[in-house]
Amino acid sequence: MDNINGMDIDLRVRLGELRLRNPVMTASGTFGYAREFSQLVNLHRLGAIVVKGISLKPRPGNPPPRVVETACGMLNAIGLENVGVQGFLERKMEFLRGVNSRVIVNILGDSAAEYGALAGKLTGIEGIDALEVNISCPNVKKGGVAFGTDPAMATEVTRTVKGQTDLPVIVKLSPNVTDITVMARAVEDAGADAVSLINTLIGMAIDVGSRRPKLANVIGGLSGPAIKPVALRMVWQVARAVSIPVIGIGGIATAEDALEFLLAGATAIEVGTANFYQPRAAESIIDGLRAYLAAQGEDSVRAIIGALQIDEA
Amino acid sequence: MPEFQEKAPLLQKEAIAPGIFRLTMHAPEIAGAAHPGQFVMVQVDTSMDPLLRRPFSVHQVTSGGNIQILFKVVGQGTARLARLTPGDQLDCIGPLGRGFFLDRRDRLCLIGGGMGIAPLYFLAKRLLQTGESPGDDYVFLGGRSREEISLFAAEFFDLGYTVKVSTDDGSMGHHGFVTDLLGPVLPDMERVYTCGPFPMMRIAAQKCGQAAVFCQVSLETHMACGLGACLGCTLTGADGRYIHVCRQGPVFDAEEVAWTT
Ligand SMILES: Cc1cc2nc3c(=O)[nH]c(=O)nc-3n(C[C@H](O)[C@H](O)[C@H](O)COP(=O)(O)OP(=O)(O)OC[C@H]3O[C@@H](n4cnc5c(N)ncnc54)[C@H](O)[C@@H]3O)c2cc1C
Ligand SMILES: Cc1cc2nc3c(=O)[nH]c(=O)nc-3n(C[C@H](O)[C@H](O)[C@H](O)COP(=O)(O)O)c2cc1C
Ligand code: FES
Repeated sequence: MDNINGMDIDLRVRLGELRLRNPVMTASGTFGYAREFSQLVNLHRLGAIVVKGISLKPRPGNPPPRVVETACGMLNAIGLENVGVQGFLERKMEFLRGVNSRVIVNILGDSAAEYGALAGKLTGIEGIDALEVNISCPNVKKGGVAFGTDPAMATEVTRTVKGQTDLPVIVKLSPNVTDITVMARAVEDAGADAVSLINTLIGMAIDVGSRRPKLANVIGGLSGPAIKPVALRMVWQVARAVSIPVIGIGGIATAEDALEFLLAGATAIEVGTANFYQPRAAESIIDGLRAYLAAQGEDSVRAIIGALQIDEA
Repeated sequence: MPEFQEKAPLLQKEAIAPGIFRLTMHAPEIAGAAHPGQFVMVQVDTSMDPLLRRPFSVHQVTSGGNIQILFKVVGQGTARLARLTPGDQLDCIGPLGRGFFLDRRDRLCLIGGGMGIAPLYFLAKRLLQTGESPGDDYVFLGGRSREEISLFAAEFFDLGYTVKVSTDDGSMGHHGFVTDLLGPVLPDMERVYTCGPFPMMRIAAQKCGQAAVFCQVSLETHMACGLGACLGCTLTGADGRYIHVCRQGPVFDAEEVAWTT
């Protein structure tokens, strides 16, 4: 609890069994393994840190160029480069254990079995508080179709992960689908404790001078303020479709952005691309939430979750 | 290594040549910690477009906690920077990355092409602090024309270095590649530092490799964060593995880099 102008403001939220001191988290792939930001950000203030996606074996990632800026956003085709689960546990966890914030490990795989094996290896490790399952990855057995675009595959991954861990499991949804509520309901039925959305929207940019794609991988994931309205709409739809907590992601850079997601029904939010250009974005969002609640005469952030008012026509 | 985020007031803007500017800003924490070859991530605008910060080498640290950047207008972000006026504030993060190795003092050659000159001036000044006369040390500067390069030639000369220039149009010094200047002096050199276009650094690296002269290069890539978080700034290393320019570099030993790409 914090005190502002003589008023106690309670920012605590719950994602199933996972309790956060505030609803502001940092998004996977945009905050490294936290140490990268330790000199610029007070890590101990964050609600939770979601680390870069981890796979069973280290992955080298895609050839460069991997990032390109677009209007109010960026495209990335990092190719899920990461140190692998063993490298993560040996080289990254020690620092994270020293951070007084929740640590959520984002996992990725190319088969349901790989996701399950990862969940097993990350369970029972001191300092890991939850798993976030990135299902926007290609299923190698199904010719590279992303798990997150097929309800049956998403169900299989969620069930497999749940079967291997007693940690809270957040399933991170892909926006590259026709109806995201179908996916949200599928993973809820499969036992997900929460859903987070959205991952990046698939996009593309071309250099007209050379007539070549700007990314070596041709296509990449769009993130940043440009995607916020789409993300907000999807969060609003999903929050009405499921009864598990929803975590909002997509272009969030300011407290006002975060508030929009909370009002639309998100219980917590993740700050992504904004970390790159404003490393203190998450901290200033925490301050801004508190100031907003005080100004609105609310003593708990929980009072505004899903408090969107829509006038009847 | 310490890193800071500072809102730095712009003190001075110099128009060096058409499209080339030098900014001086007050950033005492960054100035106090900066090492030659390191860079700053500058927020060029607080609107969302352009969104990402832009990387610039620390060109010089001056007394009173000031830093300078030297840049050429190549796109939207640098065009915005060029429109700033003294008194404006620039949000800077730095100093970032691994800079040049400068523990020992050997016979040196600094080779800068285009805006690659920027970090070399800071390096040249710091090397003076080792107390030895730089009269036997060379600075080779390559640019498009006299207009682009003459001021820098004079500044390095004033530090005491032996300066040679090349231009693309022949308007000053050697008409051709700056690396052409290296051949005659290379046998006497113990160390070469270079920053500039990739093909230029490749030639310098190859020549140094053949002559077994230690060579360091400062690389450029697209950077979203400059902090080691996005993993967007990769190039290929000599062993075929990816290197991350913002944290492992931007300065590398020439033999760490795959020059084929
Ligand atoms: C470590 C580092 C230090 C640098 N130091 C300096 C410096 O001291 N002085 C200076 O003038 N420039 C420097 N640069 C390059 C500078 O960052 C870019 O010129 C700048 O980001 C361009 O921004 P813009 O918005 O004007 O151009 P954009 O509109 O972003 O791009 C214009 C054109 O430049 C290309 N480009 C953009 N960024 C880069 C890049 N990082 N590398 C190669 N090509 C790029 C784009 O592909 C495009 O063709 C440095 C880059 C790095 C990585
Ligand atoms: C460079 C980069 C790398 C990312 N890596 C991952 C990842 O490893 N796993 C994952 O689930 N999401 C990853 N994401 C997606 C983000 O976590 C987030 O869902 C997305 O960027 C939208 O939020 P934003 O607009 O705030 O960035 C990455 C995004 C970016 C920009
Ligand atoms: S620029 Fe982001 S990791 Fe290097």
